[in-house]
Amino acid sequence: MPKKLAKGKKAAEPKPAANAAIEEIPISVQVNGKPHSLSVEPRTLLVEFLRENLDLTGTHVGCDTTYCGACTVVMNGAAVKSCTMFAVQADGAEILTVEGLEKDGQLHPIQKAFGDSYGLQCGYCTPGLMLSAFQLLSRNRQPSEKDIRKAIAGNTCRCTGYQNIFKAIESAAQNMKGV
Amino acid sequence: MSPEGDKKNWVGKPLPRKEENRLLRGRGKFADDIKMREMLYLRFVRSPYAHAKIVSVDVSAAEAVPGVVCTLTGAEVAPQVQPFIEIAPDPGGKIKDYALAVSKVRYQGEPVAAVMAESPGIADDAAELVQVEYEALDPVVDAEEALKDASILHEEAGTNRVWNGVFEYGDVEKALKEAASVVSIDRLHFHRFSSTPLENNVVIAQWNPKDERIYYWCNNSFPSFAIQFLSAHLNVHIDRIRVETSDIGGSFGIKITSYPQMAVCALASKKAGGRPIKWVETRSEHITSSAHGNERTFRDTRVALDKDGVITAIASRHIDDCGAYPRYEPLGCVIWSQVFPGVYRFKNARIDFTQTVTNKCPVGPNRGYSRMQHLWFLERVVDICAHELGIPADEMRLRNYIRPEEFPYTTPNGCVYDSGNYPKMLQVAKGLIGWDDWKKKQAAARKEGHLIGLGIGTTLDSGTNNFGQSQIVNPGAPFSGNSQGANCKLDIYGEVVVAVGSCPQGQGHETTAAQVVADVLNIHPDLITVRTGFDTERNVHTGFSGTYASQFAVSGLSAVHGAAQKLKAEMKRLAAFVLETQEDDIEFGTGAQGPELRAKSTGKSINYWGLANIVNVNSAVLPVEMHDVTLNCRYIWRAPFKVPDKVRKYGNLTLTYASQLHIAVVEIDRDTFIPHILDYVAVDDCGTVINPPIVEGQVYGATAHGIGAALMESCVYDAVGNMLTSTFSDYTPITAVNMPKVKYGHIETPSPHSYSGAKGMGEGGAAPIHTISAALQDALFAEGIIVDDSFNNADSLFRAMVGKEIGQVGKLVKLERRAQ
Ligand code: FES
Ligand code: FES
Repeated sequence: MPKKLAKGKKAAEPKPAANAAIEEIPISVQVNGKPHSLSVEPRTLLVEFLRENLDLTGTHVGCDTTYCGACTVVMNGAAVKSCTMFAVQADGAEILTVEGLEKDGQLHPIQKAFGDSYGLQCGYCTPGLMLSAFQLLSRNRQPSEKDIRKAIAGNTCRCTGYQNIFKAIESAAQNMKGV
Repeated sequence: MSPEGDKKNWVGKPLPRKEENRLLRGRGKFADDIKMREMLYLRFVRSPYAHAKIVSVDVSAAEAVPGVVCTLTGAEVAPQVQPFIEIAPDPGGKIKDYALAVSKVRYQGEPVAAVMAESPGIADDAAELVQVEYEALDPVVDAEEALKDASILHEEAGTNRVWNGVFEYGDVEKALKEAASVVSIDRLHFHRFSSTPLENNVVIAQWNPKDERIYYWCNNSFPSFAIQFLSAHLNVHIDRIRVETSDIGGSFGIKITSYPQMAVCALASKKAGGRPIKWVETRSEHITSSAHGNERTFRDTRVALDKDGVITAIASRHIDDCGAYPRYEPLGCVIWSQVFPGVYRFKNARIDFTQTVTNKCPVGPNRGYSRMQHLWFLERVVDICAHELGIPADEMRLRNYIRPEEFPYTTPNGCVYDSGNYPKMLQVAKGLIGWDDWKKKQAAARKEGHLIGLGIGTTLDSGTNNFGQSQIVNPGAPFSGNSQGANCKLDIYGEVVVAVGSCPQGQGHETTAAQVVADVLNIHPDLITVRTGFDTERNVHTGFSGTYASQFAVSGLSAVHGAAQKLKAEMKRLAAFVLETQEDDIEFGTGAQGPELRAKSTGKSINYWGLANIVNVNSAVLPVEMHDVTLNCRYIWRAPFKVPDKVRKYGNLTLTYASQLHIAVVEIDRDTFIPHILDYVAVDDCGTVINPPIVEGQVYGATAHGIGAALMESCVYDAVGNMLTSTFSDYTPITAVNMPKVKYGHIETPSPHSYSGAKGMGEGGAAPIHTISAALQDALFAEGIIVDDSFNNADSLFRAMVGKEIGQVGKLVKLERRAQ
């Protein structure tokens, strides 16, 4: 077991050229049905683009290793972790965020089910969870408990212990039958 | 109008949460959602070493980056501030704690410098360019090693020991001498973990040069504690610090300790000429350097038992590891004693309690704070003794539980348990899980070589602290009692508006507060606005205001109830004057003109708008003798506590004692050593319930935290203090695939200590950790293995079962039977 660390300077790592002017790249995306054309730095993450450029702050960030799913949005019908994509990769895509779930002031059945089932506490994970549920229910209207667990395996909730989230997604599936 | 005779009771109903409307629609306002003009972004430069001298810090390359506005280092900060208040007496009180490391770093991830830039990206890049030269020192990672003082963290203290005290009650020696048997347990260990709220810490600070005030928008969960520390540290009048919170993405206690980062952000803003500074913690920063739960080692435990297996005395030595800086500690050195005997009746005990610093992340209050470690210890003791004496675990508990008829029960150290019924909870839990069936299945499975265990965990969730317990750790501490503030008013147009000094993070305070006020005024909760979040400028906080320590149902709602009663009395008086009748002729309800007050004798009424109008904008009609009516009522609730006896360490330390009893059935896979939960039940008793689904939700949440901590979540350090679980991918918080379905049960023993009969709850006392340890233990007794750690996974079970490196009964446990 190494008892002592090497004394002295921490080895210098290669440093980024912090100063170089960064060229912005134009992208066009449809978010919640609305078209946006903007220029972004190549390193801008999709979640940063949504939050900072479009001010859609319902999409959250909870980790830095693609674990927690607080950033989940639906892109071209698939749930994606928007912290793990560059905004430029979404060029031309159709994106749905939590702000786009309701229609004409009416909550989406998934939103309603989360509320009715007490499927949230602090609400920080909820947008991501609802969008994972959205993907699940758009592909499978009669999910088993196992299907539900698998569908939200990438969404961490630290408050609810998931019990009422299972209930919420089950009841959303019921309510969406025939829709 | 609905007369008062038709009065609905909103308290006790499953009212949908008021918070949902914004949270479901992505309209919650979390701290990171705030953007301000001229805002700068702060990035910390952190220590890669656990223990090292800082030789030099060179920020020149970082400052040269376009877009970087300024930097801050510890050396620059130290002369501008007072070290943070230490709660400990000497030697711990001598520790000098600054928000940025000054001459040494004491844990991996400790902030050394800060870089402020126009964008987060520029701040990130520039922080990489800060050159820090370190000279490595010997790290101390293990608590017992630290106490040898071979390498000292804080030279000014002269020792790593922060605090030591002996808690002794009854006659332990006599009980040990007269015991029918004595069980000795060499060492038990409660691991480090953190509840890791999904939202990381966020601070926005502005030291505004125009009015010389500091403004915070953040997610600190105990702001009135933070401002006390910040005011003294920054030398700023406390009224010049404003803290606002809005929606908070979970805290579980962890966000109490963000005040050092709050200090850096304010100083950075000052240096940047008053521009607002935003710091958004990353997850890795959160795990390595926010706060962990207390780690504790239990040594040389001796348990005296009578011939029936009733515990008569416990003697033990407890060593608490608080990481590199005590911060909220050493409060944890006394807080555990709120539940000194757990749920058990023994009267004689001696606990020698020591706290030490180590080169690890500082600890902070973490859901179940300081009590869960002790409750886990007691549950391990009970199971091990039961096994040694050949008594079934359920029977052992029944013989030792405090009995239902003994409440209110005074513990050996003077705490008063308000109410409870542990045998009944056991019975309900056994019924829900099918105990007898599982016992049969277990016996059959064992014959086939399966390792299945059933475990019981009984736990307490003590709520509403008597801060006088701080005087047990430091006789000079200027704290005692507990209080909470609330305000209830009719606004100018007659709207009912409630503000309370709590700082919720998902506990539904807006809803439960509205339920309480709705019952007082006999109106629908939808007609009541409860302010979101915390704000020092609302003038409803006391020095104890925040959301922590399972207390809102008692302290928060008592304050709200008191303010609502005050408002009601004023409204009644005013209405009686206007309607020309007696106060007892007035009834509250809702009529065609909305909520109103009516004279029963004449049928005449005045609505809330009318009352508010007179007081606020039509006051010439108000006679002088009514000038004290403001319809704006502030109420401070105070808990009925006395200062504890510091010498004897005796007194009532908490107002209410909610309890939970869990049972788990766990199987350890013979091939992979992975423990699987086959069945799980949680039974809860928090007295009278305000909103049943909210309570149930808290129980589920605390259960998930506990199961995660028992099987998946651990803050692991290597021998030189590198943290090995510094991302979510390594720390692996429990997910939907790991979380079993929980069967939920409930009993109600109303508390005589709160106006409503409610007991504070939410922390849950970490029942699953005790329960899963007990179930694993039940599976492993036959293998000669003692579950001596609160964290168990495939790796540790393999090391115990195959490697025989840990948990060997022969090395850990000794039974001495005496001829009687
Ligand atoms: S923030 Fe995207 S997975 Fe955690
Ligand atoms: S509700 Fe708080 S993290 Fe899920």
